[in-house]
Amino acid sequence: MKIKWPGNSITGTLASFKHGVHPNESKELTDHRQIERMPFSDHFILHLSQHTGVPSIPVVKEGQKVRRGELIAKPGGFVSVGLHTPVDGTVTAIDLFDHPKGQMSPAIKIKTDPFSPQISRQPPVPSPEQLPLNTFIELVQRAGIVGMGGAAFPSHVKFSVPEGKECKVMMLNGCECEPYLTCDHRVMVEYSQELLDGTSILQHFIGAEAIYIAIEANKPDAIHILDQACQVSELPIEVVPLKVKYPQGAEKMMISAILGDEIPAGKLPLDVGTMVSNVGTIVALSQYFRKSLPLVERVITVSGTAVRRPSNLLVPIGTSMREVVDYCGGLTDELARILLGGPMMGVVQKSLEVPVLKGTSGILALSHDEVSDFDTYTCIRCGRCLDACPLFLNPARLGLLARKSLWDEMEDNHVLDCFECAACSFVCPSGIPLVQSFRVGKAMVREKKARMASEKG
Amino acid sequence: MMDRGYQVQISTAPFLHDTTDTPKLMWEVVYSLMPVVLVSFYFFGMSALLVIVASVGGCLLTEWFFNRNDQPGLSLRDGSALITGLLLALTLPPGFPLWMAFLGGVVAIGVGKLIWGGLGHNIFNPALLGRAFLQAAFPTAITTWELPDGKYLGVRGTNLAVPGYQADSLDGLTGATPLASMKFEQESTEILNLLLGNTSGSLGETSGLLLVVIGFYLIYRRIIQWRIPVGILGTVFIVTAVFYLIDSQYPSPLFMWFAGGLMFATVYMATDLVTSPLTPRGVWIYSIGIGILVVLIRLFGGLPEGVMYAILFMNAATPLLNRFSKTRVYGHR
Repeated sequence: MKIKWPGNSITGTLASFKHGVHPNESKELTDHRQIERMPFSDHFILHLSQHTGVPSIPVVKEGQKVRRGELIAKPGGFVSVGLHTPVDGTVTAIDLFDHPKGQMSPAIKIKTDPFSPQISRQPPVPSPEQLPLNTFIELVQRAGIVGMGGAAFPSHVKFSVPEGKECKVMMLNGCECEPYLTCDHRVMVEYSQELLDGTSILQHFIGAEAIYIAIEANKPDAIHILDQACQVSELPIEVVPLKVKYPQGAEKMMISAILGDEIPAGKLPLDVGTMVSNVGTIVALSQYFRKSLPLVERVITVSGTAVRRPSNLLVPIGTSMREVVDYCGGLTDELARILLGGPMMGVVQKSLEVPVLKGTSGILALSHDEVSDFDTYTCIRCGRCLDACPLFLNPARLGLLARKSLWDEMEDNHVLDCFECAACSFVCPSGIPLVQSFRVGKAMVREKKARMASEKG
Repeated sequence: MMDRGYQVQISTAPFLHDTTDTPKLMWEVVYSLMPVVLVSFYFFGMSALLVIVASVGGCLLTEWFFNRNDQPGLSLRDGSALITGLLLALTLPPGFPLWMAFLGGVVAIGVGKLIWGGLGHNIFNPALLGRAFLQAAFPTAITTWELPDGKYLGVRGTNLAVPGYQADSLDGLTGATPLASMKFEQESTEILNLLLGNTSGSLGETSGLLLVVIGFYLIYRRIIQWRIPVGILGTVFIVTAVFYLIDSQYPSPLFMWFAGGLMFATVYMATDLVTSPLTPRGVWIYSIGIGILVVLIRLFGGLPEGVMYAILFMNAATPLLNRFSKTRVYGHR
């Protein structure tokens, strides 16, 4: 595999992709704060739809006692994973609850046993080095491990390399290009051994020729610690510092930066021999196989200037946003928006009663100063969106087509390739909601395709 | 949320925004024009300022008048009408009658911009459209060039001409522009004079050096695209060089660059965001087209100067270029 080595050590330039934007990073609020373990709250709401794909199927009944780490819902299909309770307690309801995406969605509510020491006593998981590949994949699925960068795509699906394809390069994604978020940064600093251990487990099954840990250059401590760990490691592993630029952490952009390669439209990283995993996912892998702890908690960043004590927290999945925010000292009157995820791609919330999901990387309480309401003007065709789009789309034209509801033309202009990084909306001097209208456009194109497929069939 | 007294807004990502907005972009152009205005005052005195005031007045009044029911003055705030007024004035001769400059401003904004739907909707550069109108309506006045006279407070008599009255005597010294003397008398002008601006010509076009500096500044500030100046100037240079090498009767490439309105138009007119294409490929076609047309009109057309028509012509092609020049999207080889 051709490696376009990342950057030039003589000139000191760092590898990156073309285009992209530079939002204020605002990571100084939390990047030096150690991960704290958040106390268990009184009850937890565990949505059956935590991940991309088919929802999990409950295997517990109301009133049933459960133990920390116990399976409470099994995978609903291949693109689905197991779900576990983070606490010893009682199932009090299996019902519809508010989902961070906005709608009501089925979830399991668990009341915490106040007298339990909350120690996981799950049976030990067999050593992965002894396992055949298919058992490993099954265990990863059962452990509920999903991509923890935000999309929450089931990891076992990603790890199953199809017949005829080969994974030559494994990339661990520690870019964390979203402003404010520092959870991956802290995980790399504080869980570097687990990260390398998880990598060696995965490498045992994948056998990649090279492994790169991609980290944006604004995390020098993480780069330093992992670089030292990599040097003594037996794996073919290396830290690759990348230029600080949004959206550097997108799979396609990392592959452009490190390999100088493009994933053909509609294909996956594996089609260019690459597998990309978030660093948090790899740590979860290590914790399951070494400590028999399935994915029941994750590190999130609580930040923004409208929260009193910005922090990095280890939070049990299913904790409500209200509990997390209260633990961080509560909100100030400056609050303008509260969201799950980063400020570029996160989802705004109308209520604090929604729970943390497996894919939740942060809770941001942004003040009025941080979210300036932008006046909207007409498009002056300045072309800044074209220079921002990492996929070289033409957002100005797509925006015009969206305004005229010309969905077919939008499809011809490759709107389906857009991964909604929002760089176009970020730079538009006329404040035009470009990416927002592309979401609508993509939905309309997909709906039309589905309708045509059902008419044919 | 309401129970705690918080009011949050629901909107979709992104929640951050770059600090540059459209009025800021426009005002940056206005600021960058200030040195040009000062230099035109230096060379042409009060006459220059009066022509600028008349043209800007025509533009601002028209913009205000047609938007007076919709938050009066709001559309003036983005600075785009001011830019049009300044650009139009800077393409006029110093002794130009003020009422004509005012009328030019009215036409530039009214016909050049507002009837299309206002900022962002026009096809032609409004200032150039205003100038094209003036050239058609008052061909003599717009080609009467006076040499810089060094009198700052003196006002040229022709400035004060009123409709229907033709000033019979010119009190300044007239002189052909460098391009006109090249065309009609095969006489070249010293490049140094062209660089500094000590020649006859329109208000803003004479000092080539200043315009080059401003051009680099605007590219550095990312107000204008580097591709447009490179495309136009490169094409003009190459095409002129070919003719010059065949027969040195033709003007030299450097003379072509700095004589007439090419520099001014390259920096301020061709780079107009609204009327230039969006995609890199479209921009190359557009700017190379302008370059070829400029040389063809200047060398073989009936007029000494061809920049205005070259740009207007390629403006007309811009919607087509926007529609048909695709970007190469990631993952589509």
